[in-house]
Amino acid sequence: MPATYEPIMSTTITTSTVSFSLSSIPSTYTDLRLVLTYLAAGDYGWPSFRFNGDTGSNYSYTYIRGVGVSAGSSRTTNATKLELGGYQDASSTVPSLTIMDIFSYAGSTNKTVLFDYSSDSNGAGSTYRQVGLWRNTAAINSITLTRENWNFISGTTATIYGIKNA
Amino acid sequence: MAVSRIKTSSVLQGFPKSRSLLAGNPPFTPSSFESIATATGTGSSNTITFSSIPSTYKHLQVRGFYRDTYTGLDTSFALFVHFNGDTSNIYNAHRLQGDGSAVSAVDDSRSGKFPIWFAGYSTQTFSTVGGVMIMDIHDYASTTKNKTVRTLSGVNDNTLGSNGVALQSALYRSTNAINSITLTADGTAFATNTVYSLYGIKGD
Repeated sequence: MPATYEPIMSTTITTSTVSFSLSSIPSTYTDLRLVLTYLAAGDYGWPSFRFNGDTGSNYSYTYIRGVGVSAGSSRTTNATKLELGGYQDASSTVPSLTIMDIFSYAGSTNKTVLFDYSSDSNGAGSTYRQVGLWRNTAAINSITLTRENWNFISGTTATIYGIKNA
Repeated sequence: MAVSRIKTSSVLQGFPKSRSLLAGNPPFTPSSFESIATATGTGSSNTITFSSIPSTYKHLQVRGFYRDTYTGLDTSFALFVHFNGDTSNIYNAHRLQGDGSAVSAVDDSRSGKFPIWFAGYSTQTFSTVGGVMIMDIHDYASTTKNKTVRTLSGVNDNTLGSNGVALQSALYRSTNAINSITLTADGTAFATNTVYSLYGIKGD
């Protein structure tokens, strides 16, 4: 059986930054999985994602979430990026975890992704499951990660895995 | 020094010998996540079956993208699943779902199969949009335990309708090892750019 689920690239942040990119993603896999574990300069913020540097209104998403003791669902259309979370998020000492699965990222369909987001800080916390769409049929060759409001800080890591089918 | 190739002349010239071709190279570590099979839609069939699944893994994962050939109004579709050709009344499913305006929990246990909602999409207006899902099947080869499944699925078409995301558990109340998985389209048929892949995850 062919082995798969291989790490393609990884970045560890050593200097505070609002944004960083993972580029030159090869198109030789079927799906991608991005695992982002991050610390932030302030806990009121959230991560966002763009593909291939596209800042157009080509993104949309729908989520379910649990924040504290409340559950909810919402959606956004014609967005300029995929945003995730937005309540209690990572701090300088408590990391948040985001996993993004990107399906058929090198194929000719629009790109649909699934997010799994978890954040807890001993008294406040939230978890999201979110579907996102990038209305573009181009192969994804870069992902730009941005922390809205407060920077990513040292200790933040992002790894992309390639999943290749038989 | 890593060994990248061996030439007869190197041996004849008396270069240092090693008992292993791994000398100087990093050790080979087998992956614990392997691709078993892939199936694509035909445009006319509403079923995809993975059969003869080996029992040599600990868990299974199915991942995929589903568009339906249904030509009516744009809508999201479920994907139905049953194992081992078993369509008896031994499946359960519970999910947490959101459609962008409300969140709800649903007991969707039904006979002969379990659904994965928001896993597919029809093709009328947005011809390159599909639903996606990941299904993890735990301890699928056990002959002493029932089989528990977890799924995450979603579809989004940048409109205010036909959107949703769902997190689900399912149960196959059988102690038989799973050797086949049948996926059935909720709409008309799997479009040709539907693709599902089956992976095996090793464990102790």
